[in-house]
Amino acid sequence: MDALGLNHYLLLSALLFGIGVIGVLIRRNAIMVLMCLELIFNAANINLVAVSRFRPDLAGQIFTIFTITVAAAEVVIGLGLVIAMFRNALTVNVDEIHLLKG
Amino acid sequence: MLEYFWLIPLIPLVGVTINGLFASRFIRNENVTGIIASGCMLLAFLIGAGAFVQLAGLPVAERNVQIELYDWLDAGVAHMHDNEAGVTTARFRVSFGFQFDELSALMVLVVTGVGFLIHVYAIGYMKHDPPDPGYYRFFTYMNLFAAFMLILVLGSSYAMMFIGWEGVGLCSYLLIGYYYQKKSAGDAAKKAFVVNRIGDAGFLLGLFAIFFTFGTLDYDGVFAGAAHYSAGAGVLTFITMMLLVGAVGKSAQIPLFVWLPDAMEGPTPVSALIHAATMVTAGVYMIVRSNVLFSLAPTTMMVVAAIGALTALFAASIAMVQNDIKRVLAYSTVSQLGYMILACGVGAYAVGIFHLMTHAFFKALLFMAAGSVMHALHGELDMWKMGNLRKTMPITHKTFLVGTLAIVGVPGLAGFFSKDEILWNAWAGTHGSAWLWAVGTLVAGMTAFYMTRMLLLTFYGNSRMDEHTEQHVHESPPVMTYPLIVLAILSVIGGYVGIPANLQLGPLAALHERIDITRWLEPVTSGTRAQEAPGTGDEEHTAAVAAAPLQIVGAIGEPVTVVLQEERSEQAGHQDHTAMEWTLMLISTAVALAGIGLAYRVYAGGGVADEPFKRFAAPYRVLWNKYWVDEAYDAVFVNRIKDLGRGLWVLDDALVDGTVNGIANATLQAANASVEFDTRVIDGSVDGGAGVFWSGSRVLRALQSGYVQNYALIISVGVFVLVSAYLFF
Repeated sequence: MDALGLNHYLLLSALLFGIGVIGVLIRRNAIMVLMCLELIFNAANINLVAVSRFRPDLAGQIFTIFTITVAAAEVVIGLGLVIAMFRNALTVNVDEIHLLKG
Repeated sequence: MLEYFWLIPLIPLVGVTINGLFASRFIRNENVTGIIASGCMLLAFLIGAGAFVQLAGLPVAERNVQIELYDWLDAGVAHMHDNEAGVTTARFRVSFGFQFDELSALMVLVVTGVGFLIHVYAIGYMKHDPPDPGYYRFFTYMNLFAAFMLILVLGSSYAMMFIGWEGVGLCSYLLIGYYYQKKSAGDAAKKAFVVNRIGDAGFLLGLFAIFFTFGTLDYDGVFAGAAHYSAGAGVLTFITMMLLVGAVGKSAQIPLFVWLPDAMEGPTPVSALIHAATMVTAGVYMIVRSNVLFSLAPTTMMVVAAIGALTALFAASIAMVQNDIKRVLAYSTVSQLGYMILACGVGAYAVGIFHLMTHAFFKALLFMAAGSVMHALHGELDMWKMGNLRKTMPITHKTFLVGTLAIVGVPGLAGFFSKDEILWNAWAGTHGSAWLWAVGTLVAGMTAFYMTRMLLLTFYGNSRMDEHTEQHVHESPPVMTYPLIVLAILSVIGGYVGIPANLQLGPLAALHERIDITRWLEPVTSGTRAQEAPGTGDEEHTAAVAAAPLQIVGAIGEPVTVVLQEERSEQAGHQDHTAMEWTLMLISTAVALAGIGLAYRVYAGGGVADEPFKRFAAPYRVLWNKYWVDEAYDAVFVNRIKDLGRGLWVLDDALVDGTVNGIANATLQAANASVEFDTRVIDGSVDGGAGVFWSGSRVLRALQSGYVQNYALIISVGVFVLVSAYLFF
């Protein structure tokens, strides 16, 4: 293991993805859920950048810039939804929001 | 007036319409109802009287006015029997036609005249306090009865007579059962109806036989056709026997008399009008009307005379011991009807009608006087609870006395003349014999006895009423007493229209020259009118017919033939007859006076019960129990029919009901099984299917927690699994 190889990046990305997924699944606070979603995004971004670095192709890095941009917009919408949710239910605790219960 | 005689039966129908439809709802006034009903009778009487006078003004040959109002039945061709041509056919055609001849005219006067007086009487009699709600019904039925009775006597064919015959039977039933809340009244009405039905069946068979034989039901056609037959023809005997069955039923003769005493359950005016004066005489009228047929059937005539004589004796003997004032009169009526039938049976038809008329006067009078007594005594019927009423009810007493003397046959009153004529004809008539006369005379004595007994127990002697009743005894109001007075007058003078041959002396002879009922009825009763009727057939028959009258007239008996005999200069025979008639008259009068005397001896003391008769306990008990005729009929017929009914009921219960109930049970069982199958199998499978989905959905419901993170977890696990599967397999 002389230098950082692609596998290290992929491993980091996988860990980050796993933390993000678990965070999404277990956190009760909607904002925390959104933040964990960001982790999942960024895990994907790391994947894209790393694969792009180890291959003679820049498309992955450019695609990542787009992704970050779109992710920013997505966070804006997500936070907007949380605020709207808070106004209706007076809580941001996703446990207490179960309108979809069958 | 004569051309409007057909209105006579229709006028009472107007009263029926007014009283029947409007009285209880709109008029609501008893007096108005009574006056309408009586007024209709009066109007009918006036028309009848006018027509009668006009008829009397016509020559004898034309005294038969007929009118056909419309074709009633036209049933096409039917088979008939012809003694010459074998079986032929005839058209069954009956027109609604009326006929006004001497006999009809007389009957109309009796029915409407006596009927009017009884209607007037009923206005007072039926008035009660509190008012009887059936008052209007009563007068409706009374008028309906009068209409049917007038149709009966005015019809121009046997079919018309049958309409009236059944109609009066219906009205009789309705009026006997007038107090329908009383079980005995309902029973009596049913009894009258059923017993009459037996007679009516016979009458109807007679009508069938008449049509089968003569091809028509019109009197003219039938009587003209009868000329084709010789005396004693089997078919005529059959017809007349059947007609006799009808007459026996309607006129309450042995063996069908049992209904009439029970019919006294009806109101007293009904007893007077229907069960004494008019309806029960319909049988006599029918025999007289059919005299052409009866005269040709000597066997039937013998039976008629025997039935009449036996009934007269039988009923009179029962009347001697009864205590119910109306029942005595009822048995007396049966007995007097027996006299009339006897007169017909010996061929003295006109005399039968004569007695019918006088009997209508004095029996209606007696009934109404008895009704007047009942009215004063709160409906008391037992003569042993009356007595000494002559002081408190003078008019009723006097009229009752007149009626009694008239029926007993005290010389000079109506009953004397007609009864004497009957007895004379029973002796000397064509079919007469000594024993018929003897029975008739014995009945005269019995009649005198029971009537005197009744008179004494009711109006003389000591009062046997209780305190309360005695205080309230009163003479009836004028509306009731005036009819009594009129009838009393008629009961006195009614007999002078038929003066016996031996009494035709001095002024009576002059009266006889002007008025004589037998001469008036002769065209009908001798059959000559019928023989002259057109359409008799070919010349040969006409010749035979022309020869017939002499023979038949000769067969009629003394009163009718007396003129002929004079013409034939049989002076010697006439002398003989006169002497004999005097003898018989004196004997019968003596017997009647003996009956009066005996009754006076026994009952004049007043207050003693039938003590003298206890010595004759056995015969007394027989009479008291009316020979157990009702019981015998019950045992032989009524109870057997009841048994039959009960048997049929058991059969019905076991077999018919059993079958039906069995089928019902089987159906029920099948239905239950079907229900079981339905609930268990069909519902079970449906519910079972639903249950599967129900429990399945309960499991799946748990997945729908509504927590977004659950869904996310499931997605994640799913993705993990899928990717793992992709990677490792």
